Amino acid sequence: MIIEIGHFALILAFVLSALQSVVPVWGAVTGDRRLMAVAPPVAGMMFLLVGIAFAALTQAYMVSDFSVVNVVENSHSAKPDLYKITGVWGNHEGSLLLWVLILVLFGALVAAFGRNIPMELKAATLGVQGWVTAAFLLFMLATSNPFLRASPAPIEGNDLNPILQDVGLAIHPPLLYVGYVGFSIVFSFAIAALILGRVDAAWARWVRPWTLLAWMFLTLGIAMGSYWAYYELGWGGYWFWDPVENASFMPWLAGTALLHSAIVMEKRGALKVWTVLLAILTFSLSLLGTFLVRSGVLTSVHAFATDPARGTFILGILVVFIGGSLALYAWRAPMLKQGGLFAPVSREGALVLNNLLLTVATAAVLIGTLYPLLLEVLTDEKISVGPPFFNLTFGPLMIPLLLAMPFGPFLAWKRGDLAAVGQRLYAVAGLALLAMLVTAWMEGAEKILAALGVGLAAWVICGAAAEILSRARFRDVGLSTGLARLAGLPGSAWGTALGHAGIGLTLLGIVAVSAFQEEKVLTIRPGESVEISHYSLAFAGLARRTGPNYVDDVGHFDIYRGGVKVAVADPAKRLYTARRMPTTEAGIVTFGLLSQVYVSIGEVHADGGADIRLYYKPLVTLIWIGCLVMSFGAVLSLFDRRLRVGAPKPAARKMVAAGQGAE
Amino acid sequence: MTRPPSPACGNWPANWAKAPERHKLVGSDGNGRSKMTRKQRRMTMIAAAGGVLAVAVALILVALNDQIVFFQSPSDIVGKQLPDGQRIRLGGLVEDGSVERGMNAEVRFAVTDTVESVNVVYVGLLPDLFREGQGVVAEGVMKGDGWFHADNVLAKHDENYMPKEVAEALKGKGVWQGED
Repeated sequence: MIIEIGHFALILAFVLSALQSVVPVWGAVTGDRRLMAVAPPVAGMMFLLVGIAFAALTQAYMVSDFSVVNVVENSHSAKPDLYKITGVWGNHEGSLLLWVLILVLFGALVAAFGRNIPMELKAATLGVQGWVTAAFLLFMLATSNPFLRASPAPIEGNDLNPILQDVGLAIHPPLLYVGYVGFSIVFSFAIAALILGRVDAAWARWVRPWTLLAWMFLTLGIAMGSYWAYYELGWGGYWFWDPVENASFMPWLAGTALLHSAIVMEKRGALKVWTVLLAILTFSLSLLGTFLVRSGVLTSVHAFATDPARGTFILGILVVFIGGSLALYAWRAPMLKQGGLFAPVSREGALVLNNLLLTVATAAVLIGTLYPLLLEVLTDEKISVGPPFFNLTFGPLMIPLLLAMPFGPFLAWKRGDLAAVGQRLYAVAGLALLAMLVTAWMEGAEKILAALGVGLAAWVICGAAAEILSRARFRDVGLSTGLARLAGLPGSAWGTALGHAGIGLTLLGIVAVSAFQEEKVLTIRPGESVEISHYSLAFAGLARRTGPNYVDDVGHFDIYRGGVKVAVADPAKRLYTARRMPTTEAGIVTFGLLSQVYVSIGEVHADGGADIRLYYKPLVTLIWIGCLVMSFGAVLSLFDRRLRVGAPKPAARKMVAAGQGAE
Repeated sequence: MTRPPSPACGNWPANWAKAPERHKLVGSDGNGRSKMTRKQRRMTMIAAAGGVLAVAVALILVALNDQIVFFQSPSDIVGKQLPDGQRIRLGGLVEDGSVERGMNAEVRFAVTDTVESVNVVYVGLLPDLFREGQGVVAEGVMKGDGWFHADNVLAKHDENYMPKEVAEALKGKGVWQGED
């Protein structure tokens, strides 16, 4: 019964989304306020209905209702409760339901919190969001319905893919989806602006908080996915340039560019046409990612059941939305007025450089991701484009971006003075050079690339700190006033600094792991020990342990440093009983919050010995800490008063600013 | 997102005003760049964009030439002289009875497409689902000693999944009858 309610709610949501697609947009175009007023309540109702559908499916998983095909294929009564819930989106149909839930959530959020958005824009935006919702609900109902019944109902289910039975599944997909799908609302804003033929600085101010919100979640989602792969797959890798990773990374790159170009548009009224295009492209890349991951053109742990009909349907959605929005853009964009002149050397110029490098880098990743697929279709030749391609193309494009990064926030709007900014960055350059020299001195001349990398990371991190410190003006105003100034800085200033510093931290982690990681692969017997870096691991042997739906062969390692026992690691070889599928559970110990010893078990020998892979990964956690810092920067930016969704109207704001401008 | 105005951020306009203030400072430097016309500015931008694009295109072309790895089946490479040091992805089935484990995680096995087979040596931990008779992709280099030296071995993600290239290569040989 509950399943039927969920199914019915989904159908009703589709009907409402069809209504939402037409009525408010028509109202916005003709100026009919009654038609426009339909949008917010309908957006709320759609969220409620999809929420009911989601709750119904979750309930079926919780009680292991094996009369539902989706539950049979992906659950098991012995599965722990957490994985029963997360298993809801650990499969094709359920993950789409989560996708749509977030889609309508963003519509409902705009309806509820976008109080100061003009009625036409709001109605048209919710209408466009309705188009996307309708397309995906139709896709679900036609090809990927999670509510289909199994008859007769089996007694037991097939269980969830063991790789997905991890707390990572509870965190990674929801975060990633909020980011990925969150860009849909930015897309809807852009299309609505094109329909209405009006884009101005205020538009950027309404759109930027949503971009920030989506970007923040996408950053966290990608970081979480990376950490999950790192500890779950047992290879100790954090990024593989796998097409499914690129699928989430491309919207991130484009979204980062969008965040920056929206600043120019908001502050200076320039780059309007470009910002609208970026908003369209960012969500188009999200759609492309959904297609790549869900259609089955790629084989990976993310591609669940593959069914040609689904691939074709998503491809159709992709073509209609990307093609349609770009056509609309080509038609309407020339009508948007250009604004705000600026010199090449200026804050705007720096942000344009940022956009240029980020979009070209996105294109490089896109080519590397799609080229193998195209080549196979065209010539039947099968190739793989792996890390070497991306290191050679993406890497060099990031270097000028990182070098220029500290300059940007110091440059004045409209026309900046590079030499003057250079003078302010002397100390930062000195620190970066020092970091480089210390690295080279400690690690030897053959690690010259690593030294340069550490120097670049120091340049970015210190540059971000310098910008914040210069705003405090400790030298002019003294410590206490300076601190007060720091506390009073707008959230977006902290957001910029933390965003940039986070990139530097991630870079530092990547450089440290790439250059200074130690790796050993060996066979070890009980009673033997092995050295890595400053640590010594003594292997006590393997023991059998039984979990709820698996059995573990757990290896026990005592970790010593200088003869003193400092930690234990217990990596395991795990066998999930329902699918008879083995997995590797790495043993990871973090030292000093930053560096990790990582050990995973391979083949177990008859004499009680085991093949192990052992790593010492210096500063590895910085890779993810950097992402957390970036996301925290986005949170602070979101709380910036000027960006608040309920911020004062532009006219009032300008007056206040002018009043205080004299300082 | 809609919290009421709080005293904590009450003084933001003072700091917000920094940007116009700095702009005033720099605006008076009169170093002649203000004479740049709109057209010149646009040309500068286009030149910068063109430069970055040209570099990117060059990098991508070089990388696509040198850094891609072709997928081959044993029949594709047996009896052929591959250019020295050329990386390939070798795909097929792990031949039954061919897996030999040495010390320190060295593994030797044969990859077959049932017509030809290639001996592979790999040092490292194999994927969890590596098994005899199952599909596998080994990435590495064919060396003069007649062994394929793999530095990366991929198997399946779950029990239903066969690496796509392998499934297709085997279908081509009429071996694979799965519904994939």
